[in-house]
Amino acid sequence: MADTAKPKGGGTARSTGGRRRSRKDTAPNIADEQPKTLLDYYRQMLLIRRFEERTAQAYTQARIGGYCHLNLGEEATIVGLMTALQERDYLFTNYREHGYAIGKGISPRSVMAELYGRSTGVSKGWGGSMHMFDTQTRMLGGYGIVGGQLPLATGAALAISYRGGDEVVMCQMGDGTTNIGAFHESLNIAALWNLPIVFVVVNNFTGMGTTVEKSSAEPELYKRGSSYRMEGVRVDGQDVLAVRDAATDLVERARAEQKPFLLEAISYRMKGHSVVDPAKYRTAEQAEEAKANDPVLAFERQLEEAGILTEEIKQEIADSVRDEVTDAADFAENSPHPEVSTLFDYTYATPVPNESRRMPADPVFAE
Amino acid sequence: MSVITYRQALRDTLRAEMHRDENVFLLGEEIGVFEGSYKITEGLLKEFGERRVRDTPIAEEGFVGAAIGAAMLGLRPVVEIMTINFSLIAIDQIINHAAKIYGMFGGQTSVPMVIRTPGGGGQQLGATHSQNIELFYSFIPGLKVLAPSTPAEAASMLRAAIRDDDPVLFLENLGLYNTKGEVPDGDESVAEIGRAAVTREGTDITLIGYSRMAMVAGQVAEKLAAEGISVEVVDLRSLRPLDRDTIVESVRKTGCAVVAEDDWLTYGIGAEIAASIQEGAFDYLDAPVRRVAMAEVPMPYAKPLETAALPSIDSITTAVKETLSAVGRRVG
Ligand SMILES: Cc1ncc(C[n+]2csc(CCOP(=O)(O)OP(=O)(O)O)c2C)c(N)n1
Repeated sequence: MADTAKPKGGGTARSTGGRRRSRKDTAPNIADEQPKTLLDYYRQMLLIRRFEERTAQAYTQARIGGYCHLNLGEEATIVGLMTALQERDYLFTNYREHGYAIGKGISPRSVMAELYGRSTGVSKGWGGSMHMFDTQTRMLGGYGIVGGQLPLATGAALAISYRGGDEVVMCQMGDGTTNIGAFHESLNIAALWNLPIVFVVVNNFTGMGTTVEKSSAEPELYKRGSSYRMEGVRVDGQDVLAVRDAATDLVERARAEQKPFLLEAISYRMKGHSVVDPAKYRTAEQAEEAKANDPVLAFERQLEEAGILTEEIKQEIADSVRDEVTDAADFAENSPHPEVSTLFDYTYATPVPNESRRMPADPVFAE
Repeated sequence: MSVITYRQALRDTLRAEMHRDENVFLLGEEIGVFEGSYKITEGLLKEFGERRVRDTPIAEEGFVGAAIGAAMLGLRPVVEIMTINFSLIAIDQIINHAAKIYGMFGGQTSVPMVIRTPGGGGQQLGATHSQNIELFYSFIPGLKVLAPSTPAEAASMLRAAIRDDDPVLFLENLGLYNTKGEVPDGDESVAEIGRAAVTREGTDITLIGYSRMAMVAGQVAEKLAAEGISVEVVDLRSLRPLDRDTIVESVRKTGCAVVAEDDWLTYGIGAEIAASIQEGAFDYLDAPVRRVAMAEVPMPYAKPLETAALPSIDSITTAVKETLSAVGRRVG
């Protein structure tokens, strides 16, 4: 079920013919879906869940350093969103992106190796948790500066529009990001120039500890596009089918109509802001609520009740997901660290004379 | 005397200054309910309430600018920017506005505010979160830039910053928050802004640092003392104004110098120090001034690369010894 905020004045009538369920007034029903598809979504969600649990474990074992933000609780949103994208579509995200990277098609091995800072990592060990990037799968980056991805994603959409391409850009962000200037500047530019981009706000109600109510004067975030006459849609981020349908609708409309959209997915962050945050500021009820809204368990129950997820299939999926995550961690563990001799390899793409390649103790003028 | 952490010294001082002056208030991201990303403001929301401890949206340009505006009307905001990297979002308000208002309007209104923000590296935070860009602010007339290295300095310099009538960028460091040091009980001392300090006397060589690098310089001096090398340590404390006299006086005595800095070498803070030394102590220099700084790359995440790129006790020690051997003195 999706709420929409139509732009005043400039709204085009939306054609719904031929599109998937997204315009129906009821939530999508699993009875309308292929069991195989549903099981595939379930497996993807479980993979992200187990991957992130393993990530947290590796972090506490000091295998992973830096900041580390997990997608626990956002599995349905991620799988729904990534299902809506075509392979040729581009993705930009914030730093909470391990699941998105996997969802966009990067192998869990390369993602885990990146977390471990190994040269086999998707960003060669240069990026870490916050900076997964892969031109192959068109995951054009996790970004650690809040809002940093928005102008970039807008620019990617500009490049598509400039060349008359038919790709779409999806730009993910958190709720807190809707308060930074880059959000407003980017939405305005995207709307003004009719760019094929879907901005997605994953609303988990909090920045780090600050709530949406305390930080956004318009807390119904999907409405924030209306200043730019941009259509906004809110969807239940715990429902993978609803997210898929809403996102597919907007992605395909962005492609066909060459204009931007704003999608808000209501989601729950199950743990603290990052692995090291005990989330003491959360009340017991809030923690309970997040737990009760566990999207993986909810979907699992739904599929079980529908008789699609039998005990046997469940075990099979659990085993294969466990193996895949173990394999990713083993791969990361056994991969080499980048050589110190590569330290200056990526400062400039075009070599120039007099570039500094000085190590900290080196004199400016070598003898 | 009590032994407290750098973090505690900052927190105690903020709290005392808020009690002392009703115009002092805090704003920044996650400083209230979350109690600060690095817990400097722990408990302060509870004690002072939302009027004086304000959680802001993630909007650095907006809330830093709002603090400037509030300061123009006589309040004394103390802004926390989570790390100095995020100050880049607010740099227009800081440089084009906070630093300009006093001069541009002929001295009619001052901007009595403090921007507290930590630098630091070595925590595998990657390219955008590991920068030490205090230089950008140290470059700007109209701003004052402080960089304390010990808990006692943090307290007396924060007091000075809050009571000063100009915008002060107060540089903290992720690597210093947990360090401990003695602070006199009931200390009310207010540092003089614009003064460096000789924190360890020595005769063979001058080693200059600020913030975390001043601490590391002390460790290098300690280590070299065991080898019979007498290192004089100068803690810059204030990056703008810069106390050139203290630096030059020390180098005139020792005849050689090394600068340890956490930023990049080319055009970095050390470049200004080295230029000042050659101008003020040219006839006294027995060797070129060496600078130990970060390798000039976007900082990689991978631990071995990061470690190699950062100045360390070892790299500073090497530079000190090489400088001494250039002078022709014993190297222990
Ligand atoms: C410009 C900037 N300011 C502050 C930060 C520190 N910071 C990192 S994550 C975060 C909260 C972001 O919240 P939200 O956008 O809701 O995303 P979520 O973490 O919930 O996915 C903050 C303040 C930053 N990385 N960049």
